[in-house]
Amino acid sequence: MFKFKNTFSGALVAGAVLATGVSGASAETLRLLTWGGYAPDDVIELFEKETGIEVEVTVSNNEDMISKLRATGGSGFDLAQPSQDRIAGAQYEYEIYKPLDLSKVDSSQFISSMLEGTKKNTSVDGKVYGLPHIWGSSGLVIDKSKAGDVKDYTDLCNEAVSGKVSYRLKRPTLIGFAFSMGLDPYEAYGDLAAYQKILDAVEEKLISCKSNVKAYWTGSDALINLVRSGEVTAAMAWDKGGWKLNEEMPDVTFVAPTSGALGWIDTFALPRKTKAEDAAYKWINFVMQPKIAAMITASAGNFTASKGADEFAEADLKARFQDSFPPEAIDNIKWYPPVPAGIEDLEGKVLDRVKAASSN
Amino acid sequence: MAPLLIWLLSLIIIPHIDMFILSLQEKVAPRVYETGFSNYAEFFTEPLYWNTFARTALMSILATALTLLIGFPVSYYIAKMVRGRVRMVLFLLCMIPFWVSELVRTFGWMILLRETGVISSFLQYIGLTDGPIEFLYNDVSIMVGLVYTSMLFMVVPLVTTLDSLDNSLVEAGYDLGGSGFRVLRKIVIPHAMPGIVSGCIVVFMLSLGNYLTPVLLGGKDSLWFTEQIYTQFITRFNWEQGSAFGFLLLILSSLIVWAGLKISRQTLSNTMG
Repeated sequence: MFKFKNTFSGALVAGAVLATGVSGASAETLRLLTWGGYAPDDVIELFEKETGIEVEVTVSNNEDMISKLRATGGSGFDLAQPSQDRIAGAQYEYEIYKPLDLSKVDSSQFISSMLEGTKKNTSVDGKVYGLPHIWGSSGLVIDKSKAGDVKDYTDLCNEAVSGKVSYRLKRPTLIGFAFSMGLDPYEAYGDLAAYQKILDAVEEKLISCKSNVKAYWTGSDALINLVRSGEVTAAMAWDKGGWKLNEEMPDVTFVAPTSGALGWIDTFALPRKTKAEDAAYKWINFVMQPKIAAMITASAGNFTASKGADEFAEADLKARFQDSFPPEAIDNIKWYPPVPAGIEDLEGKVLDRVKAASSN
Repeated sequence: MAPLLIWLLSLIIIPHIDMFILSLQEKVAPRVYETGFSNYAEFFTEPLYWNTFARTALMSILATALTLLIGFPVSYYIAKMVRGRVRMVLFLLCMIPFWVSELVRTFGWMILLRETGVISSFLQYIGLTDGPIEFLYNDVSIMVGLVYTSMLFMVVPLVTTLDSLDNSLVEAGYDLGGSGFRVLRKIVIPHAMPGIVSGCIVVFMLSLGNYLTPVLLGGKDSLWFTEQIYTQFITRFNWEQGSAFGFLLLILSSLIVWAGLKISRQTLSNTMG
């Protein structure tokens, strides 16, 4: 297997280590690789006051986290927050994480069902690599006054919303469309040939209704701009994007699709060469306190796996959540199972072909 | 000489050797790799990839031609028609957009071109159109962005070479009864040829290697080859394929530049000197 060993990469890594070493010389530092809003300034300030540990935040996403850690063999950061389904495969292929020492974590602060589920999904060879932090879903963000008919992913192909649709060209889109077409991609995870068949069907569907798409969005800001300006009335997006828009545009909100919203859980995982393991555990225990977790919910827009944090969450956000998720929709959430290695290669080609296809 | 060697070796040659070795690794299964050329074969057997490359190359050539077409009169004006302070001001006007980052410039174009943007709103305001018009997310908007981004790199070499053209040669051309077009074709262009070629090479390479402009301004159908490389490295974790694409981009673009030099009968040393 290939590993960076030559002088050039060595020099780069050495430079990076040197740079962080200098800045971390004065006080203990926790280098956090996370998502936007997961480490708000007020929480960092409280943490620094209590422990004296400085927190350096790098905002990232799932693919970027894996790429960054793969490039350095798991160094450069002390704590990462990938989604629970993206840990086992990446760990198996690139060995970028370190097993967690569960005795250092106060597990009574976690919602137990979520903790057990995440532990199970992030285990490789009997070792646990992830603990749940923030969870949410992706589904549809709809302007009800203009695209009220859109109830499921495949409705994005309706004539009525032609030219007013946006989604990401990433794996959630493939999975969402598969479910809404009556297929079960999770069932086929273990069987590459069966999975390819599902992907082929989805590819055909996505290409056939490509003319409906206004643009593929890449960052949540881009999506919010598209919906806010009225250029897009139906989109596939994260729940928090819909709720954020709902604050300023009452007609726009997040809708759980009839075939089920896709549920994700972002976790805590230790990079293999973490330099501040103790600080990382301190951070985990600190942010899982119900009151702190509620502060993070306010900033991230999603709920946490902290037991009892709901009590402190803002009433507005709770109301939006209940509006988007009637009880049966919660039961219908399709939680991502761990992504087996190899599946993303198949998906990648499908996404490329959809992007390259002409839309007429 | 030693600093130059260290520079070349550590920043260009060694990383390329590293990339090349990486590109020869075939990913057979997770954690299983073999050595071979399948990553390169993938480019030629999967129409998607070479179509994307052909599209990128053609669009870059078109962008280069457009930049030359717009840049040449501008450079001629700056080099020959004006003097002193005006000349400095005009040159500065070409430079100023480059004082902000490419990202900011591209976002500027997005604000202008989008459906609810400045141009669309203005056209509706003066009554030229009833509804909003989408200018963004198509190949024309990519072209606008590319030409705008590379204009300076065409104007600078052109102004330099045109500046060295002796005015009396142009006058002599007219005295001998040549028309404006004939003087341009027989005197100005041949003299400016090294500048034209070096400007074209730089603009072509910049366009071909551009990432931001096609991604942000391009539409749902537009795939740029650099975007493919980025995707292979960052979202597919397929560094092996990404490195192979990187090498193919290097080789194929060098071939295109070589062909361009042959057609224009210039040599590289002549252009760069």
